[in-house]
Amino acid sequence: MSLLELDDVSVTYRIAAGEVPAVRGVSLTLDSGAALGVAGESGSGKSTLAMALLRLLPGDARVDGRILLGGEDIAAMKWGRLRAVRWAEASIVFQGAQHGLNPVRRIGDQIAEPLLVHGLAKPEGARKRVTELLEQVGLPAWRARSYPHELSGGQRQRVMIAMALACSPRLIIADEPTTALDVMVQAQVLTLIKELVAEHGISLIMISHDLSVLADVCDQLAVMYAGRVVEHGPSAQVFHDPRHPYAKALAAAFPTVGDPASRMAPKGLGGDPPDPMQLPTGCAFHPRCPVALPECASTDVELWPAGPGRVAACVHVRAKEDAS
Amino acid sequence: MTETQTPAEAVETSRPTLLEARDLRVEFSSRGRRARAVDGVNLAIGKGEIVALVGESGCGKTTLARTLLGLERPTAGEVRFDGAALDYRARALKAYRRQVQLVLQDPMGSLNPRHTVYEAVAEGPRIHGLADEREVVSTALSHAGLRPPDRFFLRHPHELSGGQRQRVVIAGALALDPKVLIADEPVASLDASVRGEILALLLRLRAELGLSALVVTHDLGLAWNIADRVAVMYLGRIVESGPVEQVLTAPRHPYTQALLSVLPESPERVVLTGEPPDPTRIPGGCRFHARCQVLASGRAAEAGVDGRCRSEPPAVLPADAVARAACHYAEVTG
Repeated sequence: MSLLELDDVSVTYRIAAGEVPAVRGVSLTLDSGAALGVAGESGSGKSTLAMALLRLLPGDARVDGRILLGGEDIAAMKWGRLRAVRWAEASIVFQGAQHGLNPVRRIGDQIAEPLLVHGLAKPEGARKRVTELLEQVGLPAWRARSYPHELSGGQRQRVMIAMALACSPRLIIADEPTTALDVMVQAQVLTLIKELVAEHGISLIMISHDLSVLADVCDQLAVMYAGRVVEHGPSAQVFHDPRHPYAKALAAAFPTVGDPASRMAPKGLGGDPPDPMQLPTGCAFHPRCPVALPECASTDVELWPAGPGRVAACVHVRAKEDAS
Repeated sequence: MTETQTPAEAVETSRPTLLEARDLRVEFSSRGRRARAVDGVNLAIGKGEIVALVGESGCGKTTLARTLLGLERPTAGEVRFDGAALDYRARALKAYRRQVQLVLQDPMGSLNPRHTVYEAVAEGPRIHGLADEREVVSTALSHAGLRPPDRFFLRHPHELSGGQRQRVVIAGALALDPKVLIADEPVASLDASVRGEILALLLRLRAELGLSALVVTHDLGLAWNIADRVAVMYLGRIVESGPVEQVLTAPRHPYTQALLSVLPESPERVVLTGEPPDPTRIPGGCRFHARCQVLASGRAAEAGVDGRCRSEPPAVLPADAVARAACHYAEVTG
């Protein structure tokens, strides 16, 4: 059974100037123990989608469609049930761990807090669990007595992961967990996340704009543009052989060192992501698309089959599949 | 010192040096202890050359960049520009800053939200009393790829995309018609698809204006994308330097090897444990020996250099274009 099921989920922010469609009709499923990567740029709706999963969006956001966690509708949950689900069944690791920790409280107390709040442990048991958690994320037990400023960026991100693990959730949502970190520390944190997924059977949704990082950790990859999933499939295939032109641009943005094709040839994409209040007609990507056809400005694209277990929202993909 | 010089590199060395650090040391006092942020560095940037300075946070790369800009005074050694040592008197320093310009990361933090694009770019020319301000601002904006420039004059930073803001920051640096740009993580805060466009802009500025650039980054892919040469910094020293093709495809220093091995596409990973050590407590011997995977695996002992790794600091690398590594093991094994 799938642990998480998104069925035609849309999120719309209502602001003074009108409605902002941030997420537009996203359907995804995540099996127990699987890892799904969600890629896209700022404004693509990927973080809004993550927040919607645990109903963490502000009051001016309207969520349509259904989000089922373990078969249970998130929207229908009572406040008490939702509180129990957050942390205990699904938890989020946000980007910029630097700001997520309380600067005047010791690390150990902060990791213990969700355990105590959820009544999952008494103070004595919580202390033992904190030691265990710190060990799991590769920090010595004495770090429990440290304050956040005494830790490096990588160590603080490990503390955030330890907090997310505290109540043994079945799902962890990691939003750009390594963006602010150095390469070596990033490698340490990614190795840790991979181990946790493999050894504890935790499911993972990881969000990033770096396809190479997602392809490294996740089995499945979904690429978002302007609030929609434009490509979805097994991560190695999406990364090495992307079918949607936007996914192609993202995959080429981070070069492989040693690849002669990218030497002295940085690859980018002209233009900027669209304003969600003034989305282009037809395919939202067509004004920036290097292979756009005249019909792209008017045809409404949807996710078409693009090989076994793969879909992509591009008229070129549809044409190719129709031909075969 | 080991060296392998091919005819191709000999051509590279012929680029005349424009900006240079010679035996540079910069120390700070940090909680009562001395932090040797830059601890003996030779680095040269040639005319029209793009050099990437690569290292982790805390390795001293930003301090080195600030010292090259004249924002920090070296404790020892000197910064040389166009053949002369840097003069730290106010008037000379002001003239120097027209030649060597800083491009900051995070354009949202470095642009004043209440200033228009025009005011942001005109600030430098006003300080330096340049004539034809409007013309200067227009030219700088078009060089930075914001065309037509007058369409951007009255915009505010919040009305621009991340890529456009970074272009405004670059235009501000270009307005003074500098010879060298020093860019600190120029694309770290940008989206993936915009990243390539800004890097392509740096390459175009080199081609069109003959600009030199020192790009400070922790991103080896960026070095591969645009740099001619790369210098890898670890705890205040350059541990490996040379042409990008050589250093990044056949790294010889164990630290460079480890940095390359953790890139997503790499087959075998060497994840160094621990955080980069503290510049107030630089280890004796080779400063990397406590984290060195070659020493830990016993390969250094097989080559008979493990004693030297622990006790004898490798010599400071000279500032030339030849591929070099400050490593006893690399020196012995070739």
